[in-house]
Amino acid sequence: MQPVNEMKLEFLSKSSNEAFARVVAAAFVSQLDPTIEELADVRTAVSEAVTNAIIHGYENRIGIITMVCRQYDKSVEIEISDEGAGIEDIEQAMQPLYTSKPEMERSGMGFTVMESFMDMVRVRSKPGEGTTVTLYKTFSSAGK
Amino acid sequence: MEIKFSNRGSTLIAAFSGELDHHFAEYARNKIERELIKATTRDVVFDLTGLSFMDSSGIGVLVGRYVNIRKLGGRAAIICRNTRIKKILEISGVLKLMSVHDELDHALRALSTA
Repeated sequence: MQPVNEMKLEFLSKSSNEAFARVVAAAFVSQLDPTIEELADVRTAVSEAVTNAIIHGYENRIGIITMVCRQYDKSVEIEISDEGAGIEDIEQAMQPLYTSKPEMERSGMGFTVMESFMDMVRVRSKPGEGTTVTLYKTFSSAGK
Repeated sequence: MEIKFSNRGSTLIAAFSGELDHHFAEYARNKIERELIKATTRDVVFDLTGLSFMDSSGIGVLVGRYVNIRKLGGRAAIICRNTRIKKILEISGVLKLMSVHDELDHALRALSTA
């Protein structure tokens, strides 16, 4: 299916860009006339994915994070990619409460939060090459 | 992000405002820790009413502080009315550690009877 609209954003893996990324994603998604709750869902999920790229992908080195948003009739697809460390075991990484960085007080709930607030989450990763997380959501009010 | 502190007896009330994400997690952690080591503090109420946003980085901050409060013999409770933040607290198991209330009075009562 061809997207109705699309945008691409590249930014440095600085923690101050977490807020920036979720504001941009929410602004783009607003075109679909989502509810306030749906918009908050998107902001939260994007924040989790970008935080993962900064902490786990680049391990606090500075690299480039790419966010691509594609808008369809009633749904959106948000792809967040890094070219960092990658994930050895995706299934383990997605387990609730699993974290590779407990010393940093990471709760291990990032993927669980993304899955709770979006319709679907897909993760592709290659150790040493990077990770792409794709978030999917259909909006109840869209097209009304 | 800002945290304002006040006291009710030996209970510290930490009132958050703004957005709590990974960017502000370390700031929040350090600021609360400095208050926790004061001898006047035993129990803590985390007042999240003023937060417009929190993701799972906030869970790490709250649970990390909870562990330290327990080590010092205290208890903790949360005030939160935001349904999305409540959902994050729920799915991450925080509700098993700390009770969540709509009002400060309820939180204080829960701590005094716990």
